[in-house]
Amino acid sequence: MNFMGFKWLYFLISGIFLVTGIFSLFKWGLKPAIDFTGGTILEIRIQGRELNIDNNKIKELIEKETEVSSVQKSGEKSLILKTKMIDSDEKDKILDILKGQIGDIEEARFEIVGPIIGQELIKKTIIAVVLATGFILFYVANRFKDKKYGFCAILAMFHDTFILLGTFSILGHFFGVEVDTLFVTAVLTILSFSVHDTIVVYDRIRESVKIFPEARFVDLVNKAVAETLNRSIINSLTIIFMLLCLWLFGGETIKWFVLALLIGTIAGTYSSTFTAAPLLVVWEQMKNRNKNS
Amino acid sequence: MIKEKSKKLFLFIFVLFLLSLVIDLPKQFPIKLNFWKIKIDTLISSPQINIDWKGFKFKRDLDIKKGLDLQGGTHLILEADMEKIESVSRKQALDSAKEIVSRRIDLWGVSEPIIQTVETDSNYRIIVELPGISNINEAIDLIGKTAQLDFRELLGEEPEATISSTSIFDFISTGLTGKDLQKSDVQFNDQTGEPVVALHFNSEGAQKFAEITQRNVGKRVAIFLDNMPLTAPVVNEPIVNGDAIISGDFTVKEAKNLTIQLNAGALPVPLKIIEQKTIGPTLGQEAVKKSIQAGLIGLLIIILFMIAIYGFAGFLADIGLIFYGLLTLALYKLIPVTLTLPGIAGFILSVGMAVDSNILVFERMKEELRMGKPFSAAMELGFGRAWDSIKDANICTLITCFILFNPFNWGFLNASGMIRGFALTLGLGIGVSLFTGIIVTRTLLRLFYREKNK
Repeated sequence: MNFMGFKWLYFLISGIFLVTGIFSLFKWGLKPAIDFTGGTILEIRIQGRELNIDNNKIKELIEKETEVSSVQKSGEKSLILKTKMIDSDEKDKILDILKGQIGDIEEARFEIVGPIIGQELIKKTIIAVVLATGFILFYVANRFKDKKYGFCAILAMFHDTFILLGTFSILGHFFGVEVDTLFVTAVLTILSFSVHDTIVVYDRIRESVKIFPEARFVDLVNKAVAETLNRSIINSLTIIFMLLCLWLFGGETIKWFVLALLIGTIAGTYSSTFTAAPLLVVWEQMKNRNKNS
Repeated sequence: MIKEKSKKLFLFIFVLFLLSLVIDLPKQFPIKLNFWKIKIDTLISSPQINIDWKGFKFKRDLDIKKGLDLQGGTHLILEADMEKIESVSRKQALDSAKEIVSRRIDLWGVSEPIIQTVETDSNYRIIVELPGISNINEAIDLIGKTAQLDFRELLGEEPEATISSTSIFDFISTGLTGKDLQKSDVQFNDQTGEPVVALHFNSEGAQKFAEITQRNVGKRVAIFLDNMPLTAPVVNEPIVNGDAIISGDFTVKEAKNLTIQLNAGALPVPLKIIEQKTIGPTLGQEAVKKSIQAGLIGLLIIILFMIAIYGFAGFLADIGLIFYGLLTLALYKLIPVTLTLPGIAGFILSVGMAVDSNILVFERMKEELRMGKPFSAAMELGFGRAWDSIKDANICTLITCFILFNPFNWGFLNASGMIRGFALTLGLGIGVSLFTGIIVTRTLLRLFYREKNK
């Protein structure tokens, strides 16, 4: 089958997602959680009855104590407050206010993060991404003895990363989804998954090139894609099943983390076949054109 | 030949399987069976490992260690203000701060606290993890307090009668500070059995204290913590050996509290909380329950999916997968791995990835068969050819796990427990899945899979 004949269609599909995502990234950015900005999260729960309150009123009352960035219900029994960094005395005052409004409450979670920690996290994240990218590039280039594989694998990896970042930028703008330390972890995992999946395809191309050195490169890529597509889909499906189950039944804390992994896995599966492989073909065509002219 | 080798391998795998099963047993596992004439009613419990062989100690109670986010507890990052400490002795100061923080935490009876020091760039920090207890505001207040202890004496000659009217401003510093104090503890008076507070000075402190007590007999010497008086006992006699006793109408709790505060004074550097995460116990329990549920549903789907696509070979791969789960769990208990919520996610993700090597092999086998190779050759070729892809692909994931886990505690990388938990379970999962996906499944296929089953 001539998969590569439609390569511009694949690039178009990727392009639509990428442009939307990058547009959103530039316009709205990502919504950083307190891990990055510093601040306080206070989650309270009630037992045995439904939480029935007016978020705005709560916000107004607590605003008298400290700067509140959001008050939101989480599920039926929890209330999550986000404020600027407070100490435990201020927390006790806020709890008193809440008790006055809601009655008997349980303090489920209290997190404060200083602003220094947030800045460090940004720095560490960048270093981790650069290190991971560097190592992977080095490894792939070394294994395949040809820089086109390394570069195209990394391009496909950036493709997946930007789709993931873009999606979360849109989710952040419209649904208030925040990116936190766990999101960083998800991004790094997706970096490696993306390359993992791409390598399987490239490995087949490399093998075919060795067996049929006379054949046209495009045909060999087509052959490799045909041979690996089944595996790629089946394997990704098993991962996607697991992640979907976690997303649907796994509870609030890791919900967005799992969604990030899910989006990344889908993007990674698509890109290994429909971005990474055609990129190699384009690379080869450009090389030939340069040679001929 | 291959058959013989496979049988031996199978035996090995089977033994490993049984071992994992025994290790995986929950702490208490009641079995009740009432079937026809057979009646079983016993309580199976997981064994404990306690090996002490030529100085090599290995002790495991085979319980899964749960991280703070799962069992509830408090995580703190304290930053030490090293402004007043010379740069050469900063590391020492941080270590002693850690020592004192742990001593204080011990006093509050927290079980299995984790206290580590971290140096990044020019920051000196103490990371404290207090599991199980979520309501420890008092303890946290105490830990975070800038503790500076000093001993003060009265200015000039104060007549006995006006002791009650002396104010805290009448006291001046003696130069004896918390640094001279080694420790303080609660003791009980031999005769009356009343609790008293004992002070132990280091040699320099003992000398200073001797001079102070000599010139202040019959007068008060006050102990100030952060410029607030803790206590102002009257000196009965000169104390020269560096061990002093403060007696008074203490209850045990009061005496203990004073001891805690005095010990806090021995802390040479002020500490500031820059991060705190407190998680109540219910939140984690619910999350564990939900994640396990989600994992089991996912596992079931994968098992059915593999059978649906690859038939009997898929079933054998499923056995490999279940073995994978048991072995990984056993490793969690043996190493032991502290399981966090992202850690569970990492494990579940690795289950999804574990079948990858099988799928690669099976697809490869199908191809070889299509090309007309005999079955056994196709199988061996499938495993051989797929190995390259499997190796390359997994090494990349392992690189990422390495960076996330940051095993050498590099200051420029993350050291958060949550992320480490994820990296560790994912990395371990990949390692184990290579074993189960290749060796276990191949052995099973060699022994049990015949062409007619296809």
